Amino acid sequence: MMNAIYAAMDFLLPFEAFEWTFMKNALLAILLLSPLLALLGTMAVNQQMAFFSDALGHSALTGIGLGVVLGVSSDLAAMLIFGVVWALLICRIKQTGAASTDTVISVFSSTSVAAGLLILSRGGGFAKYSRLLVGDVLAVTPQDLMHLLIALVLGVALWALMYNQLLLGSINPSLAKTRGVKVELVECAFVVLVAVAVMLAIKWVGVMLINALLILPAAAGRNIARSSRQHALWSVGISLLCGVAGLVSSYAWDTTVGAAIVLYAAVCYFVSLALRRFIR
Amino acid sequence: MATQSCSLCRIALENVSVSRGGQSLLQDVSMHIHCGQLTVLIGQNGAGKTTLIRALLGEIPHGGAIRHVDGENRQVPRLRTGYVPQHLQFDKEMPVTVEDFLASAFSRRPVWTGVSRKTRAAVQEALREVEGEALAKRPLGRCSGGELQRVLLALAIHPTPDLLVLDEPVSGVDQNGLRLFLDTVIRLKEQHHMAILLVSHDLNLVRQYADHVALLDKTVLVQGTPDAVFASPEFQKVFGVGARNLTSARIHGADRWTPRVTSESIEGEENA
Repeated sequence: MMNAIYAAMDFLLPFEAFEWTFMKNALLAILLLSPLLALLGTMAVNQQMAFFSDALGHSALTGIGLGVVLGVSSDLAAMLIFGVVWALLICRIKQTGAASTDTVISVFSSTSVAAGLLILSRGGGFAKYSRLLVGDVLAVTPQDLMHLLIALVLGVALWALMYNQLLLGSINPSLAKTRGVKVELVECAFVVLVAVAVMLAIKWVGVMLINALLILPAAAGRNIARSSRQHALWSVGISLLCGVAGLVSSYAWDTTVGAAIVLYAAVCYFVSLALRRFIR
Repeated sequence: MATQSCSLCRIALENVSVSRGGQSLLQDVSMHIHCGQLTVLIGQNGAGKTTLIRALLGEIPHGGAIRHVDGENRQVPRLRTGYVPQHLQFDKEMPVTVEDFLASAFSRRPVWTGVSRKTRAAVQEALREVEGEALAKRPLGRCSGGELQRVLLALAIHPTPDLLVLDEPVSGVDQNGLRLFLDTVIRLKEQHHMAILLVSHDLNLVRQYADHVALLDKTVLVQGTPDAVFASPEFQKVFGVGARNLTSARIHGADRWTPRVTSESIEGEENA
């Protein structure tokens, strides 16, 4: 199966960079990862949750730290479980409205980073986890790709199910409730979905840049879109384009992939900002 | 205040009370919201208008009973409520059109995949009823206060509700916009015979449009026809003696007319 895909890629992409299997895998990973993050990003941007998803990304460190302490063999499982619990906690606190959301998120973010660093740096061993900070998409294996594919299909399906309700709830919760939307439930489901997507992507993109992948394409798309559909299309398009451009550039320049992708996305954002007044 | 028995279909509030943190926000509110009538709720800021709406919408627990009763005094189990909120707190730059917004409520298809032809027709039809056909492709954030209010009305009346609850904005809608809105509401009332509850801050328009007025201050101080309520001593005590002779000038924010504020605790809730 993978061989067939590789053969097709050789045919479609007759470039030196993609002669390498790790480059093919990396490209596939980017094509699988970007669309889901970009779609989720549209709502995160509209609901002003950029800071929230940033905090979520940081919590991956604690997740792995706790995994190490508790002896969970899989980093991914530890991150996923912790990320979901963390996300639900922030979500509940946000809904009770007990404190300023901004402050709550900051507290959670700092706590999780500090706890993660503390655990992982025990005995001076943090160096082996530092790859988590920047990620390494060139290390993706065919098995990882399978996980990403499943995540993409499930994620987009769930996204399609919850989007309308989430949109109504974000515009006016009381109004949404009169139309039978379980606002709190849908909000939490969204937050969990973002948490899962972020945790799946973090190994490849890194703690420091994951949020940019979620937010930047959607923020750029928002500048030039008028409707929900245009927003989704632009965000996914920008995200795919920057992903591929970043991968190829980082091969040419011999730099880390995540940073190149994010810089391209940043360029897209500033260009869209300049175009905004002419298009919208 | 005792509610008189009547033979019309109605939403009957019987001794509805709400308290929070040991403080009473509403006390024994009893009133009927009749089908085919525009019932208007007036009162100062903090009188409990928003609290009463939230109780009606089932958002907060309340004592007493809210029953939906038909003409033969039989209880109707389900109450379908349409709601037009006072304001929307969404990001004005959000790329969501009026059509997206309405379609997200009318259809299960996620609007980021587009809007089907059938849903688009339903949206057009709903907008036509509120004279808002031209708004479909406009981003929500680009609509004026009055336009948004009509879009919300279009949403609230599809599917046709038994009870329509309208929370009129204190500001942001001009006099013409408000009249257009109320004219539409009156037309809907006559077409669909629905029960309508309006929270209003414009006493002049209340006098002109209302079938039934209830003056609220934690409980119903007085209710009846507009003329009867406006002539009552309770009304003059709350709004001042001059208010009964309203003719044409709009009282901006009747709430601010007299500096009497009964409860600070509800202030925050109005913005919640």
